[in-house]
Amino acid sequence: MFESLSSRLGDVFERLKRRGALSETDVSEALREVRVALLEADVALPVVKDFIASVKERAVGQDVVRSITPGQMVVKIVHDCLVETLGTAEDINLAAAAPVPVLMVGLQGSGKTTTSAKIALRLKTLDKKKVLLASLDIYRPAAQQQLEILARQADVGSLPILMGEKPVAIARRAMEMGRREGYDVVILDTAGRLHIDEALMAEVAEVRDAVTPTETLLVVDAMTGQDAVNLAREFNEKIGVTGMVLTRVDGDARGGAALSMRAVTGRPIKFLGAGEKLDALEVFHPDRVAGRILGMGDVVSLVEKAIGSFEEEEAEKLAAKMAKGKFDLDDMAAQFRQIKKMGDLKGIIGMLPGIGKLKKQIDEANIDNRMINRQEAIILSMTKGERKNPDLIKASRKRRIAAGAGVSIQDVNKLLKQHQQMADMMKKVSKMGKKGLMRHGLPGLLPPGGGRFGG
Amino acid sequence: MSEQTKSGWLSRIREGLSRSSSRLSQGITDLFTKRKLDEAALEELEEMLIAADLGVTTAARVAALLAKSRFDQEISPEEIKSALAEEIATVLEPVALPLRPDPANKPHVVLVVGVNGSGKTTTIGKLAKSFRDQGLSVTLAAGDTFRAAAVEQLKVWGERTGSPVISRDQGADAAGLAFDALKEAQARRDDVLLIDTAGRLQNKTDLMAELEKIIRVLKRQDPMVPHDVLLVLDATVGQNAHSQVEIFRNITKVSGLVVTKLDGTAKGGVLVALAEKFKLPVHAIGVGEGIDDLRPFEAKAFARSLMGLD
Repeated sequence: MFESLSSRLGDVFERLKRRGALSETDVSEALREVRVALLEADVALPVVKDFIASVKERAVGQDVVRSITPGQMVVKIVHDCLVETLGTAEDINLAAAAPVPVLMVGLQGSGKTTTSAKIALRLKTLDKKKVLLASLDIYRPAAQQQLEILARQADVGSLPILMGEKPVAIARRAMEMGRREGYDVVILDTAGRLHIDEALMAEVAEVRDAVTPTETLLVVDAMTGQDAVNLAREFNEKIGVTGMVLTRVDGDARGGAALSMRAVTGRPIKFLGAGEKLDALEVFHPDRVAGRILGMGDVVSLVEKAIGSFEEEEAEKLAAKMAKGKFDLDDMAAQFRQIKKMGDLKGIIGMLPGIGKLKKQIDEANIDNRMINRQEAIILSMTKGERKNPDLIKASRKRRIAAGAGVSIQDVNKLLKQHQQMADMMKKVSKMGKKGLMRHGLPGLLPPGGGRFGG
Repeated sequence: MSEQTKSGWLSRIREGLSRSSSRLSQGITDLFTKRKLDEAALEELEEMLIAADLGVTTAARVAALLAKSRFDQEISPEEIKSALAEEIATVLEPVALPLRPDPANKPHVVLVVGVNGSGKTTTIGKLAKSFRDQGLSVTLAAGDTFRAAAVEQLKVWGERTGSPVISRDQGADAAGLAFDALKEAQARRDDVLLIDTAGRLQNKTDLMAELEKIIRVLKRQDPMVPHDVLLVLDATVGQNAHSQVEIFRNITKVSGLVVTKLDGTAKGGVLVALAEKFKLPVHAIGVGEGIDDLRPFEAKAFARSLMGLD
């Protein structure tokens, strides 16, 4: 599996942490690794070079050698540089007379249409704006219908489709309808185009001249490679970009393109697209993204995600049991369900701090939600009594449970052993109390061997 | 294929790649006209390959190979380019295999998978056209039951290529649709059945499980189906292409790749790395939005064109 930037940097800094002092050779070595890691994360080469240079400059300027934890020092410098390069979070600019035109541009398949609908929904629900969506994509079959359907789903206005109309005419008609019907914002979704396609770039420039958009948002796929610099530069030079949207950040790409584009255009990244549903649009948080890149864990996102999906009642029940140091198989099953609800296990683990190594182990062990399902099935094949009191489970019961869950007896044994470990941990936790838990952090909570769920 | 179309596709690729390759070859020319092949020159060469999306490992390997034979020698830009093109062509040659439906299969079933926005539906439209041009009967199955208007999009391609489209409403079960499409195409004894699927990110376990289900259900009707699973890759994608190939291959037994959007800038590099690592056939490349803009993948021409030669 593709080694992520965070685990890569994690390795570098782990090595640094093991050393007492940081020599200049160490700095150079670390920066070489940072360079490779950034390149593998698809940060464009010229951007990487500038970035490394500025990190080096700062590291040399500071007394790194005398620092107590040199690794942390470098992490901080790299992190600060990352945050600076990524820029500040900025909201969409609607400071103009209504209807405010917003122009969406980008390559084919970058996610413009979905993003247009997401922004419309966001403006409608959060800012109470009346939004009109209009598709200028007369090239891709059914593109206009796609936006129309999405507008209906988001419950915002959509410009009636007139077959055969040219993009500039559609844009003008959209603005006219916006004025006439009192819309606050008109979002113009354009066809995907290559930045080197002169005819199509001229066409979108013409649209720009016709409506003078307040925002021209460049939509770019987070998976984009080295070409991100070229396309961002060209779109910015030829059309004038005011902001960027990075889509598919819910994938496993590290999104080096964000750094590249920001560096090359100087324009802010305004939103992140993080899913196929229309509400899956997030405001850009540079420090969060930088922290995640550095393997410091996207703790804020994790917490938010956890709040969104954990059922409070269930969590409280578990907390009460934890406090007592009790943890039966029902609790374990409940945990499995919570993990599933929070989404993909690997995604969650990626957000946890200091866990790059564990993530690698898990990747290698190929653990996924199906394994959790199997574990849950084993527990569900037990009687209520067995779940409350696992000591009841002897050979014949194990055979019955294994048959019921469609697994081998070893799998049942593994689960019981794992439960025992978790129950022991819970006892320890209740003894440690809350303070102790904080001090030992999350890795202390995970079962030994990095949470081998029967893998 | 006739001579005319052959020269046609060569010039189209050259046209499409000319910008990226001219940037790359300009860099190489600048680098080598005035100096020896020393450490610094090699590092710059490596970086240029990285900038073409070859990836750090492949770029280092290619550069090292060059260093082995030519280190400290005066070497002209032309020589560098030819050597690099040869190196790249050697890697690509074994994977340059066209997609050939087996006439014994009625129909030959091709499942088309990939991440969102990679160009699956457009590729299916173009594939349908090329099979129809070969005189084959083609059925299209609109398996993207998730995205709004995806079915309508495929229907347009069905009309353009004279291929019947089997579809259900948005939100319907994709596996059920694929099963019906297979039965229908079997009853008609069609030559080819192209099954579209919804775009999915490879790290979404539930969506990948859905893909597994489609295959499972198809196999219930015929264990040999699907005969081919095409993974459509967007050439703009950088190193994440590795993760895409790896995970899709594990789940669906991907039999070949189609690389789309090669008419942009800085393309091709990732293909070299993928060919080296996975050795999956590259069946075709997409070089534009037109119905005929799908070309067979030819290693040597591609490599030389990428280096700005010929």
